[in-house]
Amino acid sequence: MSSTVIITVVSLSLIALICAVILYFIAQKFKVYEDPRIDQVEALLPGANCGGCGFAGCRNFAEAIVNAKEIEELNCPVGGASVILKIAEVLGKEAPVSEPKVAVLLCNGSPEHRPHTSKYTGVKDCRIAHNLYMGETDCSYGCMGLGDCVNACAFDAMYMNEETGLPVVIDDKCVACGACVKACPRNLLELRKKAKKDRKIYVACSNCDKGGPARRACKVACIGCGKCVKVCQFDAITLKNNLAYIDSFKCTFCRKCVSECPTGSILEINFPPRKPKVESRAETVSV
Amino acid sequence: MKTFQKGGIHPPENKLTAAKQTEVLPLPVSVAIPVSQHIGAPATVIVNKGDSVKTGQVIAGSKGFVSVNIHSSVSGKVNKIDSIVDTTGYKQTAVFIDVEGDEWVDSVDRSDDIITDIKLSSEEIISRCQESGIVGLGGATFPSHVKLSVPSGKRCDLLIINGVECEPYLTADHRLMLEKGKEILVGISILMKALKIKRAQVGIENNKTDAIVHLKKLAASFEGIEICPLRVKYPQGAEKQLIKALTGREVPSGRLPIDVNVVVHNAGTAFAVYEAVQKNKPLIERVVTITGKTLANPGNYLVRIGTPVSLLIEKAGGLPDDTGKIISGGPMMGKALINTDIPVVKGMSGIILFPSSESDRMPSQPCIRCAKCVSVCPLGLEPYLLMLLAQKGLFEKAEEERITDCMECGSCSYTCPAGRPLLDYIRLGKSTVIKMARERVVK
Amino acid sequence: MSTLFNISLSPHSHSQETTKKLMFGVVIALLPALFTSIFYFGYGALIVTSVSVISCLVFEYLIQRFLLKKPVSVTDGSALVTGLLLAFNVPSNLPVHIIIIGSLVSIGIAKMTFGGLGNNPFNPALVGRVFMLISFPVQMTSWPVPAGFNTGYTDAVTGATPLAIVKEGLKNGEPLSDLITQIPTPSQMFLGNMGGSLGEIAAIALLIGFVYLLMRKIITWHIPVSIIATIGIFTTILWLANPAKNADPMFHILAGGVLLGAVFMATDYVTSPMNPKAQIIYGIGIGILTVVIRVWGAYPEGVSFAILIMNAFVPLMNRYIKPGRFGEEVKNG
Repeated sequence: MSSTVIITVVSLSLIALICAVILYFIAQKFKVYEDPRIDQVEALLPGANCGGCGFAGCRNFAEAIVNAKEIEELNCPVGGASVILKIAEVLGKEAPVSEPKVAVLLCNGSPEHRPHTSKYTGVKDCRIAHNLYMGETDCSYGCMGLGDCVNACAFDAMYMNEETGLPVVIDDKCVACGACVKACPRNLLELRKKAKKDRKIYVACSNCDKGGPARRACKVACIGCGKCVKVCQFDAITLKNNLAYIDSFKCTFCRKCVSECPTGSILEINFPPRKPKVESRAETVSV
Repeated sequence: MKTFQKGGIHPPENKLTAAKQTEVLPLPVSVAIPVSQHIGAPATVIVNKGDSVKTGQVIAGSKGFVSVNIHSSVSGKVNKIDSIVDTTGYKQTAVFIDVEGDEWVDSVDRSDDIITDIKLSSEEIISRCQESGIVGLGGATFPSHVKLSVPSGKRCDLLIINGVECEPYLTADHRLMLEKGKEILVGISILMKALKIKRAQVGIENNKTDAIVHLKKLAASFEGIEICPLRVKYPQGAEKQLIKALTGREVPSGRLPIDVNVVVHNAGTAFAVYEAVQKNKPLIERVVTITGKTLANPGNYLVRIGTPVSLLIEKAGGLPDDTGKIISGGPMMGKALINTDIPVVKGMSGIILFPSSESDRMPSQPCIRCAKCVSVCPLGLEPYLLMLLAQKGLFEKAEEERITDCMECGSCSYTCPAGRPLLDYIRLGKSTVIKMARERVVK
Repeated sequence: MSTLFNISLSPHSHSQETTKKLMFGVVIALLPALFTSIFYFGYGALIVTSVSVISCLVFEYLIQRFLLKKPVSVTDGSALVTGLLLAFNVPSNLPVHIIIIGSLVSIGIAKMTFGGLGNNPFNPALVGRVFMLISFPVQMTSWPVPAGFNTGYTDAVTGATPLAIVKEGLKNGEPLSDLITQIPTPSQMFLGNMGGSLGEIAAIALLIGFVYLLMRKIITWHIPVSIIATIGIFTTILWLANPAKNADPMFHILAGGVLLGAVFMATDYVTSPMNPKAQIIYGIGIGILTVVIRVWGAYPEGVSFAILIMNAFVPLMNRYIKPGRFGEEVKNG
C-alpha cells in the first residue's frame, strides 16, 4: 500500500519538475525586454482606455510617452496636468503646461427653436442618419439628437435631454477626453477652455448657411451678421462661412457679444443674473 | 430563360401602372432645377437672377469631364438662385424659374418624325451627349458620355441596354419601350455607332411580355440588336448582374463593365440619346411613374425636370391622408423624400407613396443566424457579418470582407426575418471604408 | 407642414417572413412526426412532449424576466421548438422530473447563459438530451416498444432499439444475419414501427416535414442531404467491405436519429454554418462522425454527439469558409 503512495508522489513530483524545467527554458527563450518605466507610467494613468490621447489604450500611451523624446505633444486629457507632471517626474523630463478643458455642444436646436420637418425612423445612429440626409429639421449642420456622443462617453458625463433632444455635458464629470468630439459626424462638440465656476460664452450654432436659410431653419441660428465681431474688444470672435466663433482662450467673459446677438445664438452659462432683464434661454443647455 | 445565378429575391411586383399610357404633365407655375443631378462635379450656373430663359437653354455649364450641362426645362424668368432640398436629402444649389409660356430654343427639332439616319460621327455623338446633359436615367445618373468614351487600352465588343426595371412598382421604362420602341432602337444604333461596335443586347424581364414582343418585331429591321427576355429576379437591373445574366461574364470586384468589354446603358437613356442626337433636344423631361396602393389615379407622366413632386401627386389624385412615406425611385433602392416640394430630377424614375401602415420598419430583433442574407446576396457577401463589423467599428476587417463590393440592393434587409437594419450599417461601413481608402491614397 | 413623412434608408419594403413565422413553420413541420409518435407510443408521447414544451417555455420566461431582467421574448417560438425537439429526442416513458431537468439544461445552460436566441454555440435541445443521457443512462435508454395509442406511460413494455440490438449482438459475436431477423424490416422502420426516441422513429413523417421546410424555404437542402448522403456512402463502403460485420446503409439511415438529426437538429439556424459551402462540409462531418460513433464507439447511436461536435466547429467554418464572391474569378464567355 505504502509503495503506491510513494510511487504516486515520486511520479507526480517528477512530472512537475520536468514541466518546470521546460517552462523555464521556454520563458528564457521567448523573453521580451520591456522598459520597466512603461509599467510605472501605466500605473500612474487613469486606466480608462478612453482613447482620448489618440492611442488605443493607456498601455499604448505609456509606451509612446516613455519612448518619446519630448512629451510636449502627448497628453492624457483624463488625468490632466497632474498626471503628466507625475509621469514627467518618473521619466525625468519637462512637463508641458496644459489647461483643463470641457466639451461643449455648438448647437441649441431644440424643437421649439428648430421645428421638425420629417420623421427619421431608421437606426438610432448619428453617422447613419448623417450619411442619409440632413436630418429631422431643416438645418443640415445641427444636432440630430441620436446620441452617438452619449454612447461614446466612457465617463457618464453626457446624457440626452428628452425635452430638447440635445445631449448635455455634465461639466463636473467631463474629463475632456474628446471621444464625443470624434463621435459626432457633424463636429458639433468642441473642447473649450474650462473657466472658473464653469462659466461659458459660446456661439451655440454650427450652421454655415447664409442668414436667411439659417434663420428659417432655426430661430437661434447664427446668421453671420458679424455684430459680435465688431463689439468684441479682445479679438476673440472670428467670422467664417457665415458663422461666428468665439475663441475660449481669448474670451474674457465681458458678455458684450451676448446682448448684441440678434438671434440669441450666443449663450452665457453659469453667470449671475445681470440687471433686471435676463433672458433664460441658457437654461435649455445648462445643467 | 437567362438570369444571374447568385442570390436574388422576388419581391411582390406591384406594377400598378403597367397598362397606363404615358401622359404629358401640364407645365408647373415654377420650377427649381438643381445644378447637381449627376454623379461628378456640379455644373456651374451661368444665368443670373432676372434673366429670361427659353426651354432647352443651357443654364449651368458642365465643369470637367465627369459633368454635364443643365438646361432650362421651361421658358420664363429666373426668379432666384437658391438652395433646395433634393432627393439626396441635403440642400443643393438650384435655379428657380417662373414659367412664362413655353418658348423653345430654335435649334430643337420639335416635329414628331422619327429620324433613323444617323449623321453625326462617333466623336460628335459623345460630345453631343455631354452638351445635352445626358446621364444614366436608371437612377445612378452617371454621365453617359463618360461611359461612351472607351479608355485607351480597353476594348468594347457589346452594348447592353437595360430594360429590366426590376424594382417593384416602377413602369416608366416599360411604358417608354412600348410607346417609343422605334426611337429607343434608333438610340441604340446611335450608341453602337458612338462605341464603334456592331452588336447590342436589350435585356428585358419576362414580366413585360408586351414590350418584348413589340421590340422584337421592331428590332427585325435594325442590324445587330437582339432582344433578350430574362427571368424575373431582383436585382437584375444592376449592371453587373445584368451583364452576368446576358453574357455570363463576371465583372471583377472593384472594376467596371468595360473591363469585360461591355458598356451598359438604360433604355430610357437610349431614348434621351436619340432625342439629343437626332432632334438636338437636351434632357429636360423624363417619364416618371407616380404610384402607390392608396393613390386614386396612379400613372406614368412625361414631366419637365424641376417640376415639384407635389404637382405629380396632385395629378394622380392628390396626397392620400395617411401617407407615411414618399419614395423617389423604387421601394428597394429609392430615397425617402422629406417633403413634396422636391423637384423632379434626371435620375427620378418614379414616386411611390406608402401609407403610414407600410412605412414603419419592424423592430429589430436578435440575429438568429438563419443565413438568409448570405443566400440572397447577389455579390456573395455576408451581410450579417458586415453589419456586425460596422457596428463594432472594425472597418479594416470589413474591408477585408469586401464591404465595398456591396451595391446596396437591399436584398439582405428585405429578407431578414429578424428585421435587422443590415443595409443601414453596411452603408455606414462602406462609406467609412471608402473614406479610409481615400485618406490612404492621400498619404 | 402638417404631416411629417418618415425617412429611413432603403429598402423601404420588407418580406413577410419573421422569426416567429419561421419558428412556427418548424413546429408545423414537426407535427407529422409528433402524431405518428402518439399513434405508436400513446399517452406517454403526449405527456413527455407537453411537459417538455411547457417547462422550456416557463424556464425561458422566468430566466428572461427575473434573472436577466430583459424584455421577454417567449412568444417568438424558439423555446417552443427547443421543447418539441427535446421531447423528440427522449424515450416516451421518461419520468417527468428528468424532462424538467433536461429542459432547464437546454434553456438555462445551453441557451440563456450564452445570451439567448442567436448566441448559443450548441444546439440547446441536444445539450439537454446529452446531459440527460449521461446523467440518467438507464431511463434514457429504456425504449418503449410501439404498442399503439393505449399504451400506458411509465409502465410501457420496453425493448432495445434496432441500433442497440445490432451493436450488442455484434459485440457478443452473433452473426449479423441472425440479428437482422430480430429487428424490424425496412418498411416497418420507414413507417416508424420500431423502438426509439419519441420523434425519430417514423422516417415518412420526418420526410414530410423536410419537404414542408424546403417548400416554405425555411431550410435549404445542403445540410440534410449532405448528412444523409455521407452516411449512405460511408456505410455502403463498410457494408461492401464486410457484409457479415456491418449493417447495410438502408438500416443505418432509417434506424435511429439520422433523419431527425439531419432534418431538424443539424439545420438549427443558430448552430449551423452560414453559407452553402460550409454547410456541406458541416453535413459531411456530421455524417462521418455519426458512423464512426455507431460502428466503433461505445454508444449505439451517435447523431447527437456528431452534431454537437460539429457545432463546435461552426464558428471556425464561418470564419474561414467564405461564400463564393461575385467577380472573384474572371470568366469571359
